[in-house]
Amino acid sequence: MILSRRSIILSGITFAAAGTLPGFVYAAAATPRRLVFIIQRGAADGLATVAPTGDPAFAAARRTLADETARGAKLDTMFTLHPALATTAGLYSCQQAHFAQAVATAYRDRSHFDGQNMLEGGGSRPYGRSDGWVGRLLTLLPTAERDAIAIAPAVPLALRGPVQVGTYAASRLPQADGDLIARLSVLYAEDPLLHPLWDSAVRTQELAGDIGGNNGRNGADLGKLAASLMLPADGARVMMVETGGWDTHSGQRGRLNAQLRGLDQLIGALQSGLGPAWNDTLVIVATEFGRTVEVNGTGGTDHGTASTAMLLGGNLALGGKVSADWPGLTPAGRLDGRDLRPTRSLESVIAAAVAHHYALDPKRVMTTLYPDD
Amino acid sequence: MAVQYLAANRFGLGRRFDDPAIGNPKTWLSRHLADYDPAPAATAGLAGRATIATAYVEYREDRQAMRRTAAETPMSEEEKGMDPELRRLSRSAIHRHYVEATAARLTAAIATPTPFPERLVHFWANHFAVSADKQTVIGFVGNYENEAIRPHIMGKFSDLLIAAVKHPAMLLYLDQAQSFGPESPFATRVRNRGSRRSPGLNENLAREILELHTLGVRTGYTQADVTAFAKALTGLTVAGLGRGAGQRLMPADAEPGATVFIAPLHEPGAQTLLGRRYDAAGAAQAEAILRDLAVHPATARHIATKLARHFTADDPPGALVDRLAADFLKTGGDLASLYRALIASPEPWVAAPTMFKSPWDWTVSMLRALKISALGEKQNVAAMFTQLGQPIWRPGSPAGYDDKVATWAGSAGLMQRVELASRIAGRIGDRVDARQLAPLVLADALSPETGQAIARADSPGQGIAMLFASPTFLRR
Repeated sequence: MILSRRSIILSGITFAAAGTLPGFVYAAAATPRRLVFIIQRGAADGLATVAPTGDPAFAAARRTLADETARGAKLDTMFTLHPALATTAGLYSCQQAHFAQAVATAYRDRSHFDGQNMLEGGGSRPYGRSDGWVGRLLTLLPTAERDAIAIAPAVPLALRGPVQVGTYAASRLPQADGDLIARLSVLYAEDPLLHPLWDSAVRTQELAGDIGGNNGRNGADLGKLAASLMLPADGARVMMVETGGWDTHSGQRGRLNAQLRGLDQLIGALQSGLGPAWNDTLVIVATEFGRTVEVNGTGGTDHGTASTAMLLGGNLALGGKVSADWPGLTPAGRLDGRDLRPTRSLESVIAAAVAHHYALDPKRVMTTLYPDD
Repeated sequence: MAVQYLAANRFGLGRRFDDPAIGNPKTWLSRHLADYDPAPAATAGLAGRATIATAYVEYREDRQAMRRTAAETPMSEEEKGMDPELRRLSRSAIHRHYVEATAARLTAAIATPTPFPERLVHFWANHFAVSADKQTVIGFVGNYENEAIRPHIMGKFSDLLIAAVKHPAMLLYLDQAQSFGPESPFATRVRNRGSRRSPGLNENLAREILELHTLGVRTGYTQADVTAFAKALTGLTVAGLGRGAGQRLMPADAEPGATVFIAPLHEPGAQTLLGRRYDAAGAAQAEAILRDLAVHPATARHIATKLARHFTADDPPGALVDRLAADFLKTGGDLASLYRALIASPEPWVAAPTMFKSPWDWTVSMLRALKISALGEKQNVAAMFTQLGQPIWRPGSPAGYDDKVATWAGSAGLMQRVELASRIAGRIGDRVDARQLAPLVLADALSPETGQAIARADSPGQGIAMLFASPTFLRR
């Protein structure tokens, strides 16, 4: 290997320094803080995840989907957690989980692709930005805490920005030999696209080490993989994990149960994999929009508006609570008569959690993550 | 400019080792349009719709039976780590139909003497994307490309649209097969019986046709248009998959896996879409709407933009989009005319190859370049593309795979390509000389740096890996 791991990491920082470096007015924490953003692609049903069982209109609107909530953990007098989220319920009982209900981005139409673009980009309209809120957050973080990676074949929009970001997808192919890697480093040196990608690939391959055979088939594997990439002293500090399969137009009951069980195991494996570092970790789980209040003709739900965001970790401002300015599920309380009405912006929920986690000025976080608002 | 390389890689699927010289690139591509064979030999032996539908029903029944029996047949090493559900699936006939179809797709792409239309087949299959995430769909996805897409890529866009929408893979993928008119005779009867679960509408297919297949997102249609269109589509379903509301209404002579229209499931009455009223009864109603959508100016623009992007850059030149959209409108969506306009346009030819090849494009172009079969006899083609980050016919969303540089240019993806090139180079060894292959494959895009790097490789195998991992060969 021509380039040592350290020198490649440094070259990444040099790249970042070409953008604007923030002034370090906030002192670095004793142990580095970690952030995980789990995106639920496909519009996860917040009304099934954190069910408003205390709303008198809930059972009638949800019909066959309503009774499964009976086995779930009671969060307070209004809300019940989906029964598949057992580990998460345990975190909630020790103030390590928070649910923000009836939240949405500024997006009000119902296209997955526009909605995800808004959720990740943090702009005020779809395709308004070519960088993402996590990517911009990195510019506010101390050098030691801005090493970011996505478990994905390419960098998702949320992580794009002035700071170079790595990607990791488990590989079952045999590794290329060191000499070929070194020669390609020379061949890619002058290529503005390939050079940073290759640096990042080489570095990640070294870090991933023995978990290369684990292809993250289920939530637990993915959580283990994420923790293993974040635990080492020179590992990633910021991580994005992609999850899909939330678009439950039909047969929602079984499908959502499997999805949430996978998410629950992902969170559990992340917590146990990070060990003591979990206390300085914030996990944000969010989706592009919610689903209709009423069940459709195929036992599913269609594209809606407001949904639920989850915050997890050892140092939450409002652990063990559900926050909601509850709009009610009666047709009059709904948006367009069909969707859960958003009463708070998802952007403000994310910005507040991030500001608290990194002890950053909340205003500065808001204007950096969501500059158009 | 590198017109030879662009003709072979941007328009085609990479130069084959035995291809004659391209000569005039525009003449070469025009000849592909004339010589296109909608039924390539590689796809000839694949299972038909009835076989696939029957295999799905068997799989479902097996699964139910096997859930009740504890003992199972011995597992292979690979199967031991699998979820039991996945293991059953991987042994099933529907999965075999999928795997066989992916292998046939790759064989056809490697062998084709007309790579430009072959690329267009892949383009349209991705535009009208279905995804093998759903168990009902898995077996049908190959048949979808071969029977709904291939025969129609040189005709009218409207015929391609209708063939795609009416194929069982699409009807099942976007839940149309279970969407029923809320006021249809069937739903009314169920309601009158006092059943708690009344069969109802599913808007999924209607919405995605408007958003993804025709007009494009944010082009002015409303929720009411989506609902009206969904109602017009009711009645379209797939025969022979058993279970579910309305199965007893299937015509007795319908072949399993056939698309059928069942009048008692159809929402009665006229529907109004985009301000136009559609009075036709039955299946003719949705067909009339589809034919109007297919020639709508927003559709022309949407298709022109996607096609222009595929052959130029993330942000396609406005002049090219305008020209293609105008051609589309003038001819009423004649696709062959659109392709000719594309070839004749200057924009796809002016730049250096800047598009980043998808894992599919890159792998196909590599295999076309090699005279020795680079994959093992037992190579699982489907698994290979899953590993490379682009599972065949499984984009995970009805939008299909995104078509931009950032979609595929990832660090992990790059490493996987290098690893695959390295493994293939290991199999080939010194049976191919990369120094001779490079001028053929990279043609007028071969840079002195790449030529030198290949020449200085420490082994013939390393030279081959360098060629396929070279900055030019990664692009089109």
